[in-house]
Amino acid sequence: MKIRCLLASMAAVLALSAGAARGELQIQEWRTDSGARVLFVESRSLPMLDVAVEFAAGSSRDRPEMSGLASLTLTMLRRGTQSLDEDRISERLADVGALLSPRFDVDRAGYELRTLSSKRERRQALAVLGDILQSPSFPQDVLEREKSRIVAALREAATRPATVADRQFRQLVFGDHPYSLPPAGEPETVARLKRPGLVEFYRRHYNARSAVVSIIGDVSADEARRIANQLTGGLQRSAAAAALPPVPALEHAVERVLAHSASQAHIRIGMPGVSRDDPDYFALWLGNQILGGSGFTSRLTEELRQRRGLTYSAYSYFAPYARQGPFSLVAQTMKEQAPEAVAVMRNVLSEFIAAGPTAAELDTAKRNAIGGFVLRLDSNSEILEYLCLIGFYDLPLDYVERFPQRIAALSGEQVREAFQRRVDPARLVTVVVGPDQSL
Amino acid sequence: MAALPSPWSSALAAPDTSASAFHETRLDNGLTVIVKADNRSPVAVSMVWYRVGSIDEVTGSTGISHVLEHMMFKGTDRIGPGEFAERISRAGGRSNAFTSRDHTAYHQQLHSRDLELAFELEADRMANLRMTEQEFAKEIRVVMEERRQRIADSPQALVYEHLLATAFIAHPYRTPIIGWMNDLERLRLEDVQRWYEAWYVPQNATIVVVGDVEPQAVFALARKHFGPMASRLPPERTVPADPEQLGIKRIEVQAPAELPYLAMAYRVPALRDVNRDWEPYALSILSGVLDGHSAARLQRELVRSARLADSIGTSYDGYARGPGLFYVSGTPAAGRTVEELERGWRSQIERLIQEGVGEDELRRVKAQVVSGYVFQQDSMFSQAAQIGRLHGVGLPYDAADVIVARLQQVTAEQVREVARKYLVDRNLTVAVLDPLPTAATTAGHAGRADR
Repeated sequence: MKIRCLLASMAAVLALSAGAARGELQIQEWRTDSGARVLFVESRSLPMLDVAVEFAAGSSRDRPEMSGLASLTLTMLRRGTQSLDEDRISERLADVGALLSPRFDVDRAGYELRTLSSKRERRQALAVLGDILQSPSFPQDVLEREKSRIVAALREAATRPATVADRQFRQLVFGDHPYSLPPAGEPETVARLKRPGLVEFYRRHYNARSAVVSIIGDVSADEARRIANQLTGGLQRSAAAAALPPVPALEHAVERVLAHSASQAHIRIGMPGVSRDDPDYFALWLGNQILGGSGFTSRLTEELRQRRGLTYSAYSYFAPYARQGPFSLVAQTMKEQAPEAVAVMRNVLSEFIAAGPTAAELDTAKRNAIGGFVLRLDSNSEILEYLCLIGFYDLPLDYVERFPQRIAALSGEQVREAFQRRVDPARLVTVVVGPDQSL
Repeated sequence: MAALPSPWSSALAAPDTSASAFHETRLDNGLTVIVKADNRSPVAVSMVWYRVGSIDEVTGSTGISHVLEHMMFKGTDRIGPGEFAERISRAGGRSNAFTSRDHTAYHQQLHSRDLELAFELEADRMANLRMTEQEFAKEIRVVMEERRQRIADSPQALVYEHLLATAFIAHPYRTPIIGWMNDLERLRLEDVQRWYEAWYVPQNATIVVVGDVEPQAVFALARKHFGPMASRLPPERTVPADPEQLGIKRIEVQAPAELPYLAMAYRVPALRDVNRDWEPYALSILSGVLDGHSAARLQRELVRSARLADSIGTSYDGYARGPGLFYVSGTPAAGRTVEELERGWRSQIERLIQEGVGEDELRRVKAQVVSGYVFQQDSMFSQAAQIGRLHGVGLPYDAADVIVARLQQVTAEQVREVARKYLVDRNLTVAVLDPLPTAATTAGHAGRADR
């Protein structure tokens, strides 16, 4: 495409107001004949298109002795198909300036594609995406190479204190549950993975019934239908994946201190948190904004950083998944200061659970969530994230629009009660990597 | 704070829409205001860019620009410590700041109707910052923790820090943006106060606003809040030039790690004149041919085909107040050494110089330039950052489409020519990470970066 033409067409479309990003999200939703769920938002303001296709094929589908299989399978999809080798795949994408990236977490695995929406560019890029999703070939030589790269990267990561802390924390919080597995596997388990295992994993988990196709950009609904069919028509039609087991509650508190040569200690304090469909989710989310989720205006930052100068970075989060994802408080500090930091973090949490937010804190957090709502929808890439979320977790189509109302309706009492019900300060996992002896 | 080189795609490739979308004014006191309307969403990004960064610092007080950035959140005569963030937050906004080699920038994203709040608060701290010993004593410890987190405990960051300290002898690009630890330990509040008074003046500041705004209304708001400030010149700039490099430089960095790592930097020109220069554009396309996309040469040849590298990449940092650098970095594949990887890189360059670059390769890189340009429009923040960065290094803030057009004109012969001219040993510094076993190290080793 000629740059001058492109500039002219962009100037023209920028003059029109998009609508999609102005606070009402016009999501169209349907299922393809193959059974895939599609969510689509038409957005004509930029000559580009974003498409994501996700499956219930995240790291929670791994088994401990084969951990890393889910991640490696995803990696290999773009490394060769029945008709294209990896160099051709890369060239076809590069020729039209398209970007293809993997998406991966404990629940979901898939790819997202960003391309210009002009016909030639779009068609060529989408053809590659359709091909890697529906007819991957898992070439043996490439597989061996990728395994070797991943094993090396995992060994390198294992020397970093943050990686050690995260791994230990996952194991202690989730026990035998698959959420305890390392997302990309262990060096030993990855080394063991074989091609038939990948093919089998792909057949089982990359099926049309669990596929969610999210589309936003400069195409019509009819075009979006054709795109969704083209991306999913050739997928397996096997049964949808079985539900994951629930996450068992922690029986008692656990504290683990591991020595490390780094200058800073890495601290994690937490427990199993909430699932996506948890009725307490909004109250816990709002409370966590005050506790440690909103940067400079949160208590953890105030107490650890502003008041005591103990850390550059302290925060907390609930990561909601299909099952209860982690609730975690995180900080780093010079290792001599680790005992003090842990004590302050525990105190901040206990006080918050006992007394809840102050009226002023609640007011600030609510104003930020409600007033900042428009910032959540001000780009196609952010809207794409919501489409993926709504599609995969089967949330209502007006989930995003209703978010401010749900937050506005919460009282300080409800936030406090939700924390008291759900976070028991006497049954927390504490992991500290750095100090040579216990705290 | 971005201490590492940006990837190729954002270094010279992306930017903005047609020139008519930009509006600029200069207040009587010298403050520049640049506005670009983007009405897709009722949102505005507001940034204040001060033209001061580690390039302006001197031996013994490195990191002072970045420390001042931290202190800017500690209150003024009118508002208390932390209240800045609190008030932006209550309006539903987000705020933060970053320090680079060339600039210090503060930014807010909020509903476009609340733009005045951002101006009111930024104008207040531009004129009325109040720093106390008590707040400084805590914040300098926060900065030291930041240094430990970003640099001391990150072997690859240590390699880059030492690579730059070796590539330059006299030019301040040799020092880390966050400062040497020993300088942070000795920094005093009065030094930071003087730094603030010297550099945070209207003549040295630029406001950039991108979003659902009316440019004349933004100018009026700027006059209201920033207009009353007295005009004052920033200090004269006396950045020392680096002496000519006389040969290849090599260093080794020992740090706890598993894998070795190779990082190289060639001294090359930066972009100075968007219309007349051609070498920076050719260097940018050269980096694209080598590593601009997943089908590019180094991935194909060294990672996939020869299995020399687990990863390898290049980047060209052509937007700079100081000299430009062309970076190469990579990790050898299992059973290979950094020496083999370096030889592999050299043979790639020799081949490129001998055989030139194919038209299909060139077309592919230019396709990334065009799409990257469009994709960047999806983010108001990155549009504003682009404007601030161009202006901050002395280029026209609306030069983005000229730059994209000039990149499209680069020829295969020009790419070959800059490779032949600049990717030579006399311009090169090589740093190698020699991994120390983590179990055998003690806490003391992490302080290595800090002398």
